[in-house]
Amino acid sequence: MTDEPTDQDLRRHPGRGPMDKVEESVDHAAIDDEITSRQEVSGFGTILRTQPFWVFVAIIAIGLVMSFVSDAFMTERNMFNITRNMAFFGIMALGMSAVICTAGIDLSVGSLLGLCAITLGLTLQAGWGVLPGFLVCMATAAVVGLINGVLIAYLRLAPFVVTLGMLAMARSIAMVLSDNKMIYEFGPQQDLFEWIGGESVLGVPNVVWVLGILTAIFWWVWKFTSWGRWVIAIGGNAQAAKLSGIPVERMIVSVYVVCSMCTGVAAFMFIGYTGSATNGMGVTYELNVIAATVIGGANLMGGVVYALGAPIGAALVELIRNSLLLAGIPALWQQFFVGLFLILAVLLEQIRNRGGK
Amino acid sequence: MSLLELESITKSFGAIHALSGVDLSIAPGEAVGLMGDNGAGKSTLMKIIAGNFMPTSGEIRIDGQRVEFNKPLDAREAGIEIVYQDLALCDNLTAGANVYLGRELKKKVGPFSMLDYAAMYANAGKLFAGLKSETRPRDLVKQMSGGQRQAVAIARTQLSDPKLVLMDEPTAAISVRQVAEVLALIKRLKETGHAVILVSHRMPDVFEVCDRVAVLRRGTKVADKKITDTSPEEVTGLIIGAIEAA
Ligand SMILES: Nc1ncnc2c1ncn2[C@@H]1O[C@H](COP(=O)(O)OP(=O)(O)OP(=O)(O)O)[C@@H](O)[C@H]1O
Ligand SMILES: [Mg+2]
Repeated sequence: MTDEPTDQDLRRHPGRGPMDKVEESVDHAAIDDEITSRQEVSGFGTILRTQPFWVFVAIIAIGLVMSFVSDAFMTERNMFNITRNMAFFGIMALGMSAVICTAGIDLSVGSLLGLCAITLGLTLQAGWGVLPGFLVCMATAAVVGLINGVLIAYLRLAPFVVTLGMLAMARSIAMVLSDNKMIYEFGPQQDLFEWIGGESVLGVPNVVWVLGILTAIFWWVWKFTSWGRWVIAIGGNAQAAKLSGIPVERMIVSVYVVCSMCTGVAAFMFIGYTGSATNGMGVTYELNVIAATVIGGANLMGGVVYALGAPIGAALVELIRNSLLLAGIPALWQQFFVGLFLILAVLLEQIRNRGGK
Repeated sequence: MSLLELESITKSFGAIHALSGVDLSIAPGEAVGLMGDNGAGKSTLMKIIAGNFMPTSGEIRIDGQRVEFNKPLDAREAGIEIVYQDLALCDNLTAGANVYLGRELKKKVGPFSMLDYAAMYANAGKLFAGLKSETRPRDLVKQMSGGQRQAVAIARTQLSDPKLVLMDEPTAAISVRQVAEVLALIKRLKETGHAVILVSHRMPDVFEVCDRVAVLRRGTKVADKKITDTSPEEVTGLIIGAIEAA
């Protein structure tokens, strides 16, 4: 079957809700004669033009200020805490970057963290080892990602709605499965399990190692694989990608699966770290993960992705939290500042785009 | 013998009859202009040849063999490439990346296979040079002029060394100076032995590069003449219906 044209087919972005209309008719005739500075995609100049770079500068600046404000800031202990706390969000943000690159969104990651916590916890509690537990955790994530992806790619439902529905359903299943009880018995390999999530190697928390390795893998994937190239192409112009023979639907499904699997990894580490699993875990995490991703340079219109953006965005979010704490500002203000920086990040991106044109 | 023959091609979208019984043939190395008013069915016919749509009825033959294109890849494998009306480029990628989109070159490094940037940029550069275009493979498409975008879209078609290149209004959204550049690209294609079907609203373009002109009106072909046997006035009359058929 060829594509019988429908309204939906004509949409440039199957991964996106119908309400976003892209400015399609750029007047290329008008820019014909005014092209003076062409942009090469290499060299240091391009690094200066990326969002993660400027967020990184902001992190250094806040860090400098904080080292004067609070003696506790620059301590090894505090750095250890900051990097460990940000790593959970960073891992989830790596996957979220892929989804947002296709102009999609995944609101279900927080609930999925809770669901993974419960399936993982129940498996370990039942006397299984760490490896089966890990596999069950990842399988849970994969199934949820698959459902999201299929509904979005093939039934062409808006990602916002599908994952909002999943946010509610996954949380509910977690409650049913756990019977609303906390799990803290992690079976025969409890010590190993808690070591993986909570301890460190060479003075660096294990979860930070995992974030580092995953970031490196994603960097490679975005730069050197056709999967990465195709996801970026879909975010740029889904119809063009389709006409070029890229299996757009399958790619979108895979992107949601990847996003969920990242959450699965984060869940596995997180439960080991906290030493208990409850069905309330990860509530509102989707906000922090999306904030970290967007602050790290992802564009909700799609087509932009930086592997380093996820850890950098997550670092800024965690740094804000930590700084407020050390500066003695009540914790109630935390979400305010996360939200503020999210809006500032989007504003910064707007300004850079206007400047670049 | 004809490279491509269409016989009584019909296409309906629900109640809309976009094409009703169109015949068309094109010989190797020939350039045919396809003209007609808005909504006459030109793009629809192009998309049927390129495998985007299946005709509701009718037959497509290539080198005398009956073919059925279920997807664009089938047409591509039969030696047909298309430049879409809306160009179908990804603005966020470079010219080179767009040329190779969906057909990326890879190289092996140990157990890993990775995109071969050097080879893709080098080859894309050669394709642009072959088209005598100054487009640079590493430039982002977002920053490109209409003419350069056309060059990218046309270079894309050259990857598979096609027999037939379909072009849907390549000169629509660009400045006068760029039009000359695109017409030069089309002549280049002809010189290198490609058959071309050029959809255009611009009479001078068709009369400059085409050997034949076919006119569609409300889904039927009302004329198919050698360029030397007709005139812009006659073609205009045929398009708007002042002349019934010729
Ligand atoms: N995907 C589609 N779904 C429904 N109707 C369509 C579709 N594509 C084309 N049509 C209809 O088929 C008819 C022919 O359209 P087509 O795009 O082929 O015209 P055209 O000759 O290319 O016009 P233009 O000069 O404006 O590009 C029109 O009435 C159009 O509305
Ligand atoms: Mg058209």
